[in-house]
Amino acid sequence: MTTSSSARIGLRPLAPGLVILAAFLLVAILAPVIAPYDPVLQDPLARLQPPSLAHIFGTDNFGRDIFSRVLHACRVDLQMAIIGVVFPFLIGTVVGSLAGFFGGIIDLCVMRLIDIVLAFPFLVLMLSIIVILGQGLTSFYVAMALVGWVSYARLIRAQILVLKTTDYAMAATSLGFSKMRILFKHLLPNAVAGSLVFSMSDAVLVLLSGAAISYLGLGVQPPTAEWGVMVAEAQGFVTQAWWITLFPGLSIVLLAFGFSLLGDAMGEVMGVHE
Amino acid sequence: MHRYRFILTRPLQFLPVIFGVSIVTFVLVRLIPGDPARVLLGARATPTALANVRAQFGLDEPLWLQYLYFLRNLAHGEMGKSITYKIDVLPLILTRIEPTLALVASSVLLSVTIAVPLAALAARNNGGIVDHVIRTVTTFGIGFPQFWLSLMLILLLAVAIPLFPVSGYGGDIVDKLMHLALPSLTVALSLSTVLLRSLRSAMIDWLKSDVATAARARGMPESIVFWRHVLPNALAPTINLLAVNMGWLIGGTVVVESVFALPGLGQLLVRAIFSRDYMVIQGIAMAFACATVLINFLADIATVAADPRVRL
Repeated sequence: MTTSSSARIGLRPLAPGLVILAAFLLVAILAPVIAPYDPVLQDPLARLQPPSLAHIFGTDNFGRDIFSRVLHACRVDLQMAIIGVVFPFLIGTVVGSLAGFFGGIIDLCVMRLIDIVLAFPFLVLMLSIIVILGQGLTSFYVAMALVGWVSYARLIRAQILVLKTTDYAMAATSLGFSKMRILFKHLLPNAVAGSLVFSMSDAVLVLLSGAAISYLGLGVQPPTAEWGVMVAEAQGFVTQAWWITLFPGLSIVLLAFGFSLLGDAMGEVMGVHE
Repeated sequence: MHRYRFILTRPLQFLPVIFGVSIVTFVLVRLIPGDPARVLLGARATPTALANVRAQFGLDEPLWLQYLYFLRNLAHGEMGKSITYKIDVLPLILTRIEPTLALVASSVLLSVTIAVPLAALAARNNGGIVDHVIRTVTTFGIGFPQFWLSLMLILLLAVAIPLFPVSGYGGDIVDKLMHLALPSLTVALSLSTVLLRSLRSAMIDWLKSDVATAARARGMPESIVFWRHVLPNALAPTINLLAVNMGWLIGGTVVVESVFALPGLGQLLVRAIFSRDYMVIQGIAMAFACATVLINFLADIATVAADPRVRL
């Protein structure tokens, strides 16, 4: 967390994770340009083709080009991982810092609420909320925001509890700064390092959950290309056409690897341990 | 015995959580748009059935009174009827517990079996090539989607090399274990990546600890230092780690049971979601939440029993 340690280690550990994530971002942006085929275009004459020069990842049971679908799905899955982390991060940070700073009844209520949310298995609560909201990506984001904030709130609250007893917090209080100014300008910037590192492993969790929920048929809907949906659609053909399932799955693994690598490196650079 | 006094006091702390869980599950079903009686019974319900469920759950009363009805029914073990299976939710849940319980237990066992030797190998070669390889593989393994890993394992160990059955659940115990092999391997591989990371760093800490140094100073060989002093100490927090990950583990069983058509609670939940069998969804959510709370409690007891220094 100190500047001296980050200066000593340098920012080099961040490179591998950043390279992977940048590559995925580039693919997501350029997907329509680099994809050789339309991702939803069906070709009855090219059904279940194994990987070849014309279709490097092969084709599925509708004759759709897997490579093009994997590239286009990158847009959906990357968006899922990012939006699914940003809202819980923001909500959790605000709730956690208020609870930690003001304590008392606010803190008590927030902590009990967190206990209740954590009592439910994550995926079960997500699925139950999606049942009410109806299937689809928007419901997934809303459910994620309702459930995911608790981890961030706990992390930030614990940090704020420690930081509010520091000398500089007291100095700011004795200078007559407002509570909100002390909390959001002085304490919070020092408290977020742990949450930033956690947000990377959270991105992996969100990506895997989003893909799993789509696989189960409650998230992204076919014919939209999404890696989880692609695996679900190919399941019936898994024994005859392994390529339909293999490549979307590998894409998830690789994107998740990028987030994990970046998270580990951020922990190292910022001196935060999970 | 005062170390174990928390066994009596801790359940009191669970009460508000269980109370909260019951409110959340109650509210979840009431939030579904439409006439609640129709929501609960489905579109083809008869007028008498609708009248019955209205009376049982007090659906014409104000919401707070409905909640009290809900609690009263819950206290009698009545969670309504399943639309699909035409039986009460509680007995339905009870018949589906066994495969899920077996899957969770075998996955935990298998993941510890995988994680402990690898963590030991990595910790004893801390900073070396073996350590580096194991760490990279775990970082990679964390991102494996369980639904995809299941299919890959089916391709590899049920189709290419037909060792295990593709899906379903067996009759006798041997048959059941064979059917559980691939599902539990899937969950165990995911879980062991989490265990491995924390076990490795715990082992490294204990290898550097005064306990280990003192043992070495007494002339103990490194292997005895490891087995007698490092391993037991590093393993103790694993119980807690497993308990913390229990919610995640149950989520995993939901997905894996669906892939392997294992007739457990997870598969029942997914099917209930698609058939809009709300009573079943409510019952399973409630059951899973209570199980998570109970498992955390048991983990606390196990932690205290395993380590005399721990006070809760």
